Amino acid sequence: MGTVEIRPAPHVRGERTVEKIMLNVVWSLLPICAFYVFQYGVSALASITVVTGACLLTERWLVRTGTQAGNIGDYSATITGLLLALTLPPGFPLWMGAIAGFVAIGLGKGLFGGLGFNVFNPALVGRAFAQAAFPTAIATYTPSFLPGRFTEFIPSSLAWPLMIPADAALWLKAKHLDALAGATPLAKWKFDGVMVGANELVTSLSGHMAVGPSPLLILLCGSYLALRRYLDWRIPMSILGGAAVVAWALFAFNPTHYPNPFFMLFSGGLILGAVYMATDMATSPVTPRGMWLYGGLIGLLTVVIRYYSGLPEGVMYAILIANAATPLIERITQPTPFGKSALAARRGASYPLNPSYISREDAGAVTPKKRILKNKPKRDERRTPTH
Amino acid sequence: MKLLNYFRGEAFQRGVHPASRKEATADRRIRRLPYPPRVTVPLVQHIGKPPHAIVKVGQDVVRGQPIARADDWLSVPHHAPVTGVVEAIELRPTARGPWAQAIVIRSQAGATQEDLWGKTRDMEAATGADILQAVWDTGMVGLGGAAFPTHAKLSVPKQAKVHTLVVNGCECEPYLTCDHRVMVEEADDLVRGIRYAMRVTGAVRAIVGIEDNKPEAVEAVEAAIARANAPEGAIHAEAVPTKYPQGSEKMLLMALFGVEIPSGQLPVAMGMVVNNVGTLAALGRLLPLGQGLTERVVTVTGPGVARPGDYRVAIGTPLKFVMDYAGVEAKAGLDRRQVILGGPMMGQAIASLDVPITKGVSGVLVFRHDDMLANDRRKTYPCIKCGECVESCPMGLNPSTLGMLAAKREYDLMGSDYHLGDCFECGCCTYVCPSNIPLVQQFRVAKQILRERAVA
Ligand code: SF4
Ligand code: SF4
Repeated sequence: MGTVEIRPAPHVRGERTVEKIMLNVVWSLLPICAFYVFQYGVSALASITVVTGACLLTERWLVRTGTQAGNIGDYSATITGLLLALTLPPGFPLWMGAIAGFVAIGLGKGLFGGLGFNVFNPALVGRAFAQAAFPTAIATYTPSFLPGRFTEFIPSSLAWPLMIPADAALWLKAKHLDALAGATPLAKWKFDGVMVGANELVTSLSGHMAVGPSPLLILLCGSYLALRRYLDWRIPMSILGGAAVVAWALFAFNPTHYPNPFFMLFSGGLILGAVYMATDMATSPVTPRGMWLYGGLIGLLTVVIRYYSGLPEGVMYAILIANAATPLIERITQPTPFGKSALAARRGASYPLNPSYISREDAGAVTPKKRILKNKPKRDERRTPTH
Repeated sequence: MKLLNYFRGEAFQRGVHPASRKEATADRRIRRLPYPPRVTVPLVQHIGKPPHAIVKVGQDVVRGQPIARADDWLSVPHHAPVTGVVEAIELRPTARGPWAQAIVIRSQAGATQEDLWGKTRDMEAATGADILQAVWDTGMVGLGGAAFPTHAKLSVPKQAKVHTLVVNGCECEPYLTCDHRVMVEEADDLVRGIRYAMRVTGAVRAIVGIEDNKPEAVEAVEAAIARANAPEGAIHAEAVPTKYPQGSEKMLLMALFGVEIPSGQLPVAMGMVVNNVGTLAALGRLLPLGQGLTERVVTVTGPGVARPGDYRVAIGTPLKFVMDYAGVEAKAGLDRRQVILGGPMMGQAIASLDVPITKGVSGVLVFRHDDMLANDRRKTYPCIKCGECVESCPMGLNPSTLGMLAAKREYDLMGSDYHLGDCFECGCCTYVCPSNIPLVQQFRVAKQILRERAVA
């Protein structure tokens, strides 16, 4: 007889695997990417390809060298790449994108030990790095739906590595387009006091406005994931809810100074962040109550950063801060085990019965009064296991 | 009634819905498995102390004759499952691995195998204490799988008073249908057994909880209750929404009454006693006849079985004999890793194919070789903190964090801050884990280590 190996129960497993979850997220991101390319043309396509490629290569290298767990077959690096590309401006120089991708996987994930061990969302780590390293490039947006966008690159995309990218404003001037160029709705509101209409924000279809991927589309793809339970609906709900409540309170307090909550929700990266970034499983709490707390915290921080800091956009930092707070949040929101809640003690005392049962009860069999044991049952009697 | 349950919402929180896979055997009548040429009766088939053998090697025994006597309260006697000769009393392999004392009986060729032992009892005249003694004498243990001595379970501690007997007919494990068939075919025995158990415990009512995927069972039990003309409303059948692990006592009581049994206590603390339907049906048949438990119904099923069904199997029948009869294809040589005793969620993988069917075996599950390999090929990832396990743990624990602590060997922390002791190893967390982490196994190890530390 060779080694005796006894398989532990359970001997059947659920359908869900890591690959399946990740692949579903990738599928749901594809329509968003396609629309993004439709908005911004070849530059966006190149940016998505290069950033994702950089992420995959880095992942592969780190797994090969044994630095981190997981493998590229689990699609998590693909998700990081796609998300990172979606948060960068379409005309972001490709070489910078590649570095951002490398940093996202290397610093954001590999350094912590790979899949499941990372503390911060890798895509946001990449983006935070890009924000610090290339502040001009990352703030330079070009309008969507430019004519000729499928044949011509935005010149800044093709900058040589380590070179300063071409000035987008000059390029736009040459195309006789300058009025609205180069700023996101949030930056416009923050620095110029211009508010964008709801319609443009929601659909991203009106053109000439650097709005990024359409929030409606993101919500749609996100609800597909939520319905199939590949992401937890509580997180986006609590983020959006939290942001809306805070924004609404401030708006009610001083409508001239603060924008309306609707603008808060649908501008910038809040929807993308709430649906895809904050829900990253490894960096969000596992406890249900923790998810609400985590989401609420992100919502609150986003609005606060947007209103009171020097930056137009606060989603990224809000999520990163909440990521850091996740272990703490989990600690204080552990679920209450069965039979240990205060409620159980009360319920036990009054012994409520299922109503459909009481109706069948005969007069002789009265519901007994509370009969909790004074003394705990003896050790032997306590060992009754389950049937 | 069934609809009502759906509107009432969840029976208990969390839990999982594994595919039931009961179709293969649910509609087949219980058939008798032939008596094997040789039976092996291990002395310990239950939770508790071993009884001691009262037969000698070479002695003739008739079916139903006591062959081992219980000296300890937490122990049960055994009865000869076949008429024949005691061949040996020696160490034999058990499902769990270590070898243990067992009585081997060679059945006598041509014996009618009639149950000749036992005196009929006048059950109407018997007092509760008489019945309790009689239950002990049958050697009955929980037939649902836990194999806890039934007399110990039915005896109510002095300080407590029991008002309700809950009869567990959930059979929430996938594949298994033995309780289902017993409810359909032996409902009258069941109701009789329920009335005996009510007299022992002093319960004024009994409720049979049956998952609503077994409507025939609910009907059969209701019909038998009507036939038994028990006091109106004293016994009734109640359908509960199907969900794993409803068959756990605490979950069933939650589903039926909405009461949470406080952690670390037994249902009797709230005046309830829970028993399995198979156990009570067997008592209902055996007690009036004064016989002992010599056979049980076992579901033999799984993708690797040609003739799946519920079989009435003599205790001690070799597993191989059962599998041969049910048609387990073993072309490439059967791998013991394909065979599971009990259900797929909590069942026992076996250490050897040479083990007998014991009192606590509710099912024999045989997978195909390929299924086994497919299970093996599934990759294991680190915990991705998806939270699925938290959403499925019926005890409201946090298996994700527990698993991480187990990997770091922080066993004491697991026990003190994360309620490891409440885990009853139902397997829901491992079942749902997309990373394929063997969480339950880690918890089992951790509990064992904590137990050892507590002793030391
Ligand atoms: S189900 Fe598995 S991967 Fe998901 S949180 Fe639990 S242990 Fe981690
Ligand atoms: S095995 Fe334990 S931790 Fe896992 S779901 Fe069941 S009770 Fe919860």
